[in-house]
Amino acid sequence: MEFKDYYAALGVERAATPDEIKRAYRKLARKYHPDVSKEPDAEARFKDVAEAYEALHDPEKRAAYDELGRGHRSGERFDPPPGRNGGFEFSGRDAGPGDPADYSEFFESLFGRHHGAPRGAARGSGSDHHAKVVIELADAYRGARRVLSLRSPVPDGQGGVDFRERQLEVNIPAGVRAGQQLRLAGQGAPGFGGGPAGDLYLEIEIAPHPNFSVDGRDVRLDLPVAPWEAALGANLAVPTPDGRIELTVPPGSAAGRRLRLKGKGLPGTPPGDLYVVLSVRAPTATTDAQREAYAALGRAFAGFDARSELER
Amino acid sequence: MAHTPSTVIDAVVVDETQHFTLMQLVRVCSTEPGQLVALVDEGVLSPQGDAPERWRFSGSELARARKALRLSRDLELGPAGTALVLQLLDEIDALRRQLDRLSPP
Repeated sequence: MEFKDYYAALGVERAATPDEIKRAYRKLARKYHPDVSKEPDAEARFKDVAEAYEALHDPEKRAAYDELGRGHRSGERFDPPPGRNGGFEFSGRDAGPGDPADYSEFFESLFGRHHGAPRGAARGSGSDHHAKVVIELADAYRGARRVLSLRSPVPDGQGGVDFRERQLEVNIPAGVRAGQQLRLAGQGAPGFGGGPAGDLYLEIEIAPHPNFSVDGRDVRLDLPVAPWEAALGANLAVPTPDGRIELTVPPGSAAGRRLRLKGKGLPGTPPGDLYVVLSVRAPTATTDAQREAYAALGRAFAGFDARSELER
Repeated sequence: MAHTPSTVIDAVVVDETQHFTLMQLVRVCSTEPGQLVALVDEGVLSPQGDAPERWRFSGSELARARKALRLSRDLELGPAGTALVLQLLDEIDALRRQLDRLSPP
């Protein structure tokens, strides 16, 4: 595993005071927090920053990190000292970035894994887990089956925890929207002392599509048409996330006209609508005949001022 | 690490038709009741019912509650600060959607 330089992740000196560490963390957290940030790699960056803060803001952990990390540089191969057996038990806040399983292997080799049944509880239900799943827009129309790989802690019988990798095939119903939660009953952490297992919640994210944008259940498509198609009307085959459909462009349409296809948005009760927004694309004239056609157009529209909006 | 064979599970959408009591939401969000009560006091969450023991949170509030708790924990914000951040994020979302509708393709 690679050695992680937590000081570099926060951009502070090794001799930084606790206040400097806190200030650096807060500044970076505001910049990269996935709920706030639009930076493309926000989630990964925030995870690094939060993990570094988790290791450095607690004096106990910072001392252990400094001790173990002496002589190591970032990215270097790092072998945890033998005999650690899953790391120390550390006191302090348990809440890390997202789910505790998000910590790097390096972090866990140093500080152990934050899992297991609450102390002193003899029987109880397992905790609920959360994960995110990214689906295509077409999957949201039709429903989808996804295979998830989950890593969940199980008691190892000696008071510690072991990790179990398991595969889960999930049927995602048609009509799910971005940000919605799905519940998978009994797929969270196992209960202890005979208690029931927790649930697994999946948050739906819909991958951005180059042609379609989604607003709740409504979907929008920008449809380029030729000038004569807009002027004279046309029957066009247009793509929807659920396959092609026939669309009638009424004669006399202009760029920006919105055509509503009722019920062709995301399925549901009621289903959303598909809005087709027309844009007019004029071809470049390259032959004499084409130039003559534009010239004829210019003569026919002698009073037309393309820049009438500009200077008023 | 042991492997177990895969199983097929039907996912249930947690939408407006489903409801959480305060204690159910506490459990799903792995938080304390006081944290959620503070978010209700700030108007971040709007359960039905006139007293905490009769509160019913709509399923669609789960995502909002989790987002509020993440922000408050990771950015070390109080309930009022969290409420303001969420309100501004909602406004940014609405403006982005408007921009998307207005922008030429």
